[in-house]
Amino acid sequence: MDNLADLSVSLGRIHLKNPVLVASGTFGYGEEYQDLVEAAQLGGIITKAVTLEPREGNPPPRLAETPAGLLNSIGLENPGIEVFLKEKLPKLRKLKTRIIVNIAGEKKTEYLDLAERLGRETGIDALEVNISCPNVQKGGLVFGTRADLAFSLVKGLRQATDLPLIVKLTPNVTDVTEIAQAAKEGGAEALSLINTILGMAIDVNTRRPKIGAITGGLSGPAIRPVAVRMVHQTFQKVDLPLIGMGGIACAEDALEFVLAGATAVAVGTANLVDPTVSLKIIEGLRQYLKKGGIHSFQSLIGTLRV
Amino acid sequence: MEAERGLVRKRNANTHPKRCVRPAQQVSERIGYMYQVKAKVLSNEKLSEAHYRIKLEASQIAKAARAGQFVHIRCGPGYDPLLRRPFSIHKSRQGRIDVLYQVVGKGTGLLSQKRRGDQLDSLGPLGKGFEIEPAFKKIFIVGGGIGVAPLYMVAQEITRVGQGQDVTVLLGAKNKELILGKDEFERLGLEVTIATEDGSTGYRGLVSNLFQEFILSQTSLSVAVYSCGPVSMLRKIAELSRHRGFFCQVSLEQKMGCGLGACLGCVIRGRSGYLRVCKEGPVFDAKEILWDNLGL
Repeated sequence: MDNLADLSVSLGRIHLKNPVLVASGTFGYGEEYQDLVEAAQLGGIITKAVTLEPREGNPPPRLAETPAGLLNSIGLENPGIEVFLKEKLPKLRKLKTRIIVNIAGEKKTEYLDLAERLGRETGIDALEVNISCPNVQKGGLVFGTRADLAFSLVKGLRQATDLPLIVKLTPNVTDVTEIAQAAKEGGAEALSLINTILGMAIDVNTRRPKIGAITGGLSGPAIRPVAVRMVHQTFQKVDLPLIGMGGIACAEDALEFVLAGATAVAVGTANLVDPTVSLKIIEGLRQYLKKGGIHSFQSLIGTLRV
Repeated sequence: MEAERGLVRKRNANTHPKRCVRPAQQVSERIGYMYQVKAKVLSNEKLSEAHYRIKLEASQIAKAARAGQFVHIRCGPGYDPLLRRPFSIHKSRQGRIDVLYQVVGKGTGLLSQKRRGDQLDSLGPLGKGFEIEPAFKKIFIVGGGIGVAPLYMVAQEITRVGQGQDVTVLLGAKNKELILGKDEFERLGLEVTIATEDGSTGYRGLVSNLFQEFILSQTSLSVAVYSCGPVSMLRKIAELSRHRGFFCQVSLEQKMGCGLGACLGCVIRGRSGYLRVCKEGPVFDAKEILWDNLGL
């Protein structure tokens, strides 16, 4: 252990060597970044969403930059569970880090089916349940905006698999803590917040939306204050470990979430800007602990002074 | 109808040069390792009202770069613009790469302010480049505007590995002042024909029309076309090539996120579904592209 500060944290049953994860959809299935990032250094990888059937995704253009932000509407493009199990999971298993598989669906049965099948596999440390994607027509998000549906879905999933369940919440609600509480009562072991904020951008010359699907999810530094606020509110009300995400681009950003109550953080859009940013954030956290003479990262969580 | 006939003819023509069939090891060499480096700016020169050439010291990228690949550059340190910007690699030699670019927005605006000695966070080489196949007897290189950028390395590669095939370079721009790279092609010993929209030099009209005139007299079926430029131009080049059964590769652009295949943000429509410009491209076989509804 020498003089290195202890960065390890626990999200329920999931033990992480450090609190920095990479967020779903920004790190593929782990292989895309292998030339640049040694996965073993990360706290864990949250995969791109997997659905039961393959999804071709939304029509391009799928990205539009906004000030300090990024609008996206990928539409959960993914090869489906069959291909995931056959081609992606074997590669993920070889990585010496925690593997959290993000699952999404339109109907409850799809989520349950996914959870059952993934629960039978080795090498998966947890499921992140995506009930918050703003870019699909049906299902998904509706579970994230109604407490009763969120509860019943998570409860069903709890029975379908023994894997730890992390529920990913949407900011596109009036009171995120209601959904958070419902997810806890359903059996969630941790919560991820936040997913992207529904947004829109228009090209005034063509008078067309900048995103093919008209609206998209906003991410990046622009949304960080919203995300920190939601982590803070949820930490006050709901007794579950939280994974804070939304615009984290440096160690200081990550620390804001931790002080607000997050046990771990996930880096998303910043991966697209700098593939190695997560490693820099881990190093930055280490420096922060060292400078402050703090021995364990865990002791920082939720220590906001008000 | 026309299109159908073109397809049939293309298939018949398919029997000859062994184009898409390449040994696996050559393919993996083309999709090589990528690097993230702090590239030192050696110079950043204004070439015309709109165009610049930046020279970067980036030995690993320069060594690995193949014709048609790109570098993903962070143009400024802040969050606006947030994302990197992709640029075709124009030249790579002796540890450095050249990038030709046009100032079109915030990112390229910032890039144009860079001075000798500045450092640029650069990722590359990325994407799939052109397939340079020496078996073709006749080669057309067709560039429109800033689209000339990735084509110099194509010419360089053809003159290096080629067996004396007939190479025609056609470059187009709005006017005489905006013609880029003519001298560079000529230094490789290639003949360059210019098209300008205002007729200020060379052929008066679009370079795609110039291409159409050039291929009228083309009797060989062993023809490869390498092209980059505005989509309207590429579409015409692709259609003409398809009708004549030419092998045609084009380099495309799209708003891009990670640049390495993870975010699925930069797709365009292809016959087999959505294609990532950063991974399956930026160079595509023109017949794989759904030109009617690209999604740009």
